[in-house]
Amino acid sequence: MADEYEQNHVHEVYQQIAGHFSATRFKAWPIVEQFLQAQSPGSVGLDVGCGNGKNLTVNKDVFIVASDRSENLARIAMQHQPHSTVVADILQLPHRDAFFDFAISIAVVHHMSTPERRVEAVAEILRTVKPGSGTEPGGKFLVYAWALEQKDSRRGWDKGDPQDIMVPWVRKSKSDQGQEQTFHRYYHLYEEGELERDIEQAGGQVLESGYEKDNWWAIATPKPKPKPAS
Amino acid sequence: MKVITANFVTCAVKECKTTATSFPLHFHDAELELQEVDFQPEFIRNVIPRIDWEGLRTTANELGFPSLPETKPEGDALTNEQTLKDLHRLLLETQVMEGKLVCGTCGHAYAIKEGIANFLLPSHLV
Repeated sequence: MADEYEQNHVHEVYQQIAGHFSATRFKAWPIVEQFLQAQSPGSVGLDVGCGNGKNLTVNKDVFIVASDRSENLARIAMQHQPHSTVVADILQLPHRDAFFDFAISIAVVHHMSTPERRVEAVAEILRTVKPGSGTEPGGKFLVYAWALEQKDSRRGWDKGDPQDIMVPWVRKSKSDQGQEQTFHRYYHLYEEGELERDIEQAGGQVLESGYEKDNWWAIATPKPKPKPAS
Repeated sequence: MKVITANFVTCAVKECKTTATSFPLHFHDAELELQEVDFQPEFIRNVIPRIDWEGLRTTANELGFPSLPETKPEGDALTNEQTLKDLHRLLLETQVMEGKLVCGTCGHAYAIKEGIANFLLPSHLV
């Protein structure tokens, strides 16, 4: 079962490494920062899979409902004012349809272990975002996923390598005479164009996309619904 | 969980989202705490237009703050410092630390513990 697999190889690991993981992540990535700063004051948005909440420090003029599957990470994220944090699953978000002005999900969908669940995750976030109308542009959703093509990174993967992998997280504990503990997280590495394909399949329209810091990213909006035949 | 957050969440069960009774979720056994947050009048003024006022009135009533005006403050009313301060206190500073959020459609209760609401569904509701 895919959900059980993710429970063991993603959720449990983040519960265990939450403190150490958080201590190694401080700053929003440049495109995430730009995207959040571009939202108008008073906008209301989502940060799905917020981790330690590092993206919640970027813009204090908007209100973000952040969520994470890991309660330990959600507790770390909740300190960032004026925003708010809840525990939720990306496939069952506790939010109304077509409401939010913007959404981000940074380095999250690559933890879903089947192609269907990755598309479903994108579709679930797009569901909550305001679609555009004839006069007003729709809300925007920024999504990042780890890239297969990263031959210059420390990991060194590239085109042609396996896309479904286990990535070790090594935690050295200071209190435990430097004893090491290794955890493995499941990742799906996205190949070029894959994120855009998933968005299309999820009923989204890709507005912009690119590559930054070993990740593929895309900005999407819900596709306008076809007009009912009159 | 801040009071404002209740205005932006609903039941996690798919079938409930299209029903009118799933919003807002209802607080039960709520234990409140006041936590100071920097007062930014601009923030309150900007975010009020995004608030579902009926939903907020329901929530405020359930938590024992029955004094919200019947209609959403707009225009000039949002230049009144006291109005903004009152809303700031209710929306951002009032925290539900313990309790439950209950869906008016399916009756599922989401627990709030140490200030965090948990919307993970038991497997029979997924």
